[in-house]
Amino acid sequence: MAEKKMVSLTIEGRPVTVPDGTSILEAAKVAGILIPHYCYHPGLPVAGVCRMCLVEVEKAPKLAASCATSVAEGQVVHVHSERALEARKGVLEFLLINHPLDCPICDQSGECELQDYTYQEGRADSRYRDPKRFNPVEDFGGDVLYVPNRCILCTRCVRFMDDVAHETVLNVSERGDRALIGKFEGKDLTHPWSGNVVDLCPVGALLSKDFLNKARAWELDRVASICPSCSQGCNITIETRDSQVARLKPRPNEDVNKFFMCDYGRLNYRWMNRTDRAELPLVRTEGVLRSIDWDVAIHAAASLLHDARTFVLASPMLSNEALHLLSRIMQRNGGAGAFRVATGEEAPLAGVEDLALRRDRAANVNGAQMFGFQRSERPLESMRDGDVLVIADDDLTGIGADELARASQVIVIGTTLPDAASGASVLLPIANFSEEEGTFTNLRGRVQRFMQARPAPGLARPSWLVLGDLLGALGEQDSFYLPSDVFARIASSYPAFSGLSYESLGMRGLPVLDSETAGAAR
Amino acid sequence: MGFPHPSHPRETPLLTRHFGEPEARTLDGWKKRGGYQALEKALAMKPAEIVDIVKESGLRGRGGAGFPTGLKWSFMKPGDGKPHYLCCNADESEPGTFKDREVMRWTPHGLVEGCAIGAYAIGAETTYIYIRGEFTEPLLRMDRAVREAYDAGILGANAMGTGKRIDIHVHKGAGAYICGEETALMESLEGRRGNPRIKPPFPAVSGVFGQPTTINNVETLAAVPEILMKGAAWYKAMSLSNPKSTGTKLYSVCGNIRRPGTYEVVMGFPFKDFLHEVCGGALDGRKLKAVIPGGASVPIQTMEEAEATLMDYEGFVAQGSMLGSGGVIVIDDAQSMVAVIARLARFFAHESCGQCTQCREGTAWTTKIVERIRDGYGTMEDLDTLVEIGENMTGTTICVLSDSCAVPVMSGIRKFRSEFESLIHGKRVHSVLSAVA
Repeated sequence: MAEKKMVSLTIEGRPVTVPDGTSILEAAKVAGILIPHYCYHPGLPVAGVCRMCLVEVEKAPKLAASCATSVAEGQVVHVHSERALEARKGVLEFLLINHPLDCPICDQSGECELQDYTYQEGRADSRYRDPKRFNPVEDFGGDVLYVPNRCILCTRCVRFMDDVAHETVLNVSERGDRALIGKFEGKDLTHPWSGNVVDLCPVGALLSKDFLNKARAWELDRVASICPSCSQGCNITIETRDSQVARLKPRPNEDVNKFFMCDYGRLNYRWMNRTDRAELPLVRTEGVLRSIDWDVAIHAAASLLHDARTFVLASPMLSNEALHLLSRIMQRNGGAGAFRVATGEEAPLAGVEDLALRRDRAANVNGAQMFGFQRSERPLESMRDGDVLVIADDDLTGIGADELARASQVIVIGTTLPDAASGASVLLPIANFSEEEGTFTNLRGRVQRFMQARPAPGLARPSWLVLGDLLGALGEQDSFYLPSDVFARIASSYPAFSGLSYESLGMRGLPVLDSETAGAAR
Repeated sequence: MGFPHPSHPRETPLLTRHFGEPEARTLDGWKKRGGYQALEKALAMKPAEIVDIVKESGLRGRGGAGFPTGLKWSFMKPGDGKPHYLCCNADESEPGTFKDREVMRWTPHGLVEGCAIGAYAIGAETTYIYIRGEFTEPLLRMDRAVREAYDAGILGANAMGTGKRIDIHVHKGAGAYICGEETALMESLEGRRGNPRIKPPFPAVSGVFGQPTTINNVETLAAVPEILMKGAAWYKAMSLSNPKSTGTKLYSVCGNIRRPGTYEVVMGFPFKDFLHEVCGGALDGRKLKAVIPGGASVPIQTMEEAEATLMDYEGFVAQGSMLGSGGVIVIDDAQSMVAVIARLARFFAHESCGQCTQCREGTAWTTKIVERIRDGYGTMEDLDTLVEIGENMTGTTICVLSDSCAVPVMSGIRKFRSEFESLIHGKRVHSVLSAVA
């Protein structure tokens, strides 16, 4: 690829060098300066309509909209000069004259760019004395509610639907100060990715019905994670309030999901909060499952596994770490493993390459396959009579107790104890995806980390810890104190993972090596 | 000529000389008056030669900005492998302006000829004449003229038998002032909402359908055949003042004046004589108070300023205003300036496309305040607020509609402050007419 021409300029006295054609706004980010803006979004075409990003460029007669002005060699840009600040103060005053100051009841409050920039550089008072514009709240369909009174007409939502989702649903209706966002006749925001307009909206004009009046932004704790709802592996933030997952938001990753996530993934979080969980380790004594110390339970499970051929029914929602440890139990005992995947319609986001809600509705299908588990519609068919069956977080939907009866013993390592497995000998309760740390491998072989967002219930422990202890009880020498220890073991055992570590993965992930280059050092 | 009034001896009728002659609207009648000779002459020349003649003539855009036409044409690079387009801006919506309407009503073939020459000069096979939707009669006339020209083989794949292709389409606007802004016009022409585009890219690089495009005003294009027939030097000589402003200019005069109508005088004509002599001056018993000389979006002139003005691009600027579109709105002492300004502000608030924050909110806010003052509920702080809003609205938006709204308000407050103040202080100083706005 030909080297792109570089341009050097000065922004707020700081020299920066960026590729030719970069906007002043993006160049300022490189220099560590955030120019206030509303309509500009890096994932959308430039509109240049909010006029908030006005900056002073030396030798230019007028203030420049920095989102729509390309850098030029030797340019000197002042972001915080008196003229630029005055102009932006004017814009903020204009935006606020018809904006209801209903922040106390607005869901966006606390993460509202209109609030932020007004506090930063707006006027303390308003000179507007007339009645404010009023339009009624409108249901936009899907998960989206439109509050036109709060709208600043940045048109991000219109541009997302037109240019990214490629489905024309929204428009700017009317003109002048009567303008508002409208829906085309007979259309609704039912596109599988339309929930992104809520994230894109810089103010509280587009709201999620799911999150409506649920929490204040400042009450939420935020943790970087990976969406577990399909094999795409969109980067997300899990936002919790009092340790309950309140909502999921996309987290930008240029290589995976840009700035977006689909509605299916966004709204599929309630299972993380479910309360009918397995909370105590249980061991069957005298025909009854009784709660007991972890150590005893682990050893009980180990004694059942010690010499027996093992069959593992794994869940593709388990982390690489857990799946790796399970595969080691399989290898040690000469058994096999299988998993099944729930599927659904694929729903691509047309404007972004290789981004879709995938058919496979589980996070770690690729990982499960890489660690030697067989994908099957009827996973128990390959179990041999008399195997010790380890059910690793499969919820046994559609599987009857009679099918499990072929196993000599059943050990459940899971977040719940399914009815069909009520005859199990041991139950080891584990944390679910939102309660532990680990990695997933997405369908393109990208390994990405997710962090713990909430505490596990009762005495449930992270899956990697439980399985690590179990391996230890089976006489394996490894000891794992952290999930990164397990991952380090994966990296040293599998050529595809060689050279990877939690540190090198960072929060954006790295692809595994393909089979050809796997041999060479990373 | 001062249509519908008889021509005044001090006028220089060039584009207006056939106004009022129904026969001139037909192809035969137009040919009888020397029509389409210029096009014939042009098609025998090289495009670059035409551009040079227009450059030499000093013709400048008559729509308001006054950009040199020849220079604009020279931006269209021949042989770039892209289709070129010519747009004729006939979306004449500026309040007080109706000169293009008269050109299209009376000499539609003159415009067709000008468009054809322009299209040939810039290498455009397709020309769009974008006519304001409310102009029903001009639409009819232009449509008929274009059809006649096609039937006579003047336009089409083999224009005038030269083998060159010239297509002209008449496009009807849908009633938005903003579509007179060149980039909004192009958006509208492409079938989208008429929102002005960010510049750059300029139309000469990426215009209609993303292709190089030139946009000219009706009066500009209509003047081209005359220049081609009589020569650049002849046209250039028609200037009484500044050599940068050449030729004749149409003015549509309306308001409190004895003979409203469309007039044509040479550049540099004294505005004082124009108002008092050519247009007949004030109505009986009234005194002229102010003039908006170039359509609603230019600064208001006091009579002292107006009477000192020489009518050309630089002359109006020297006296605190702009030539603009040549839509002269005359205001006499029976009018309340506040009521006039309130009406203008309301117009801009109604016509703002609503894209840019300053314009969407500023035009409406300005209107509310000015109307409040007009109705006697204003405060002195309102005046300061108005000026500050005006400053925030100036030079910060994609197009100049925002500035256009601020201009009459700010110039009005500056020049007629006492009228605002007396309304704020509860004194009615004007006749009943002031309430009608």
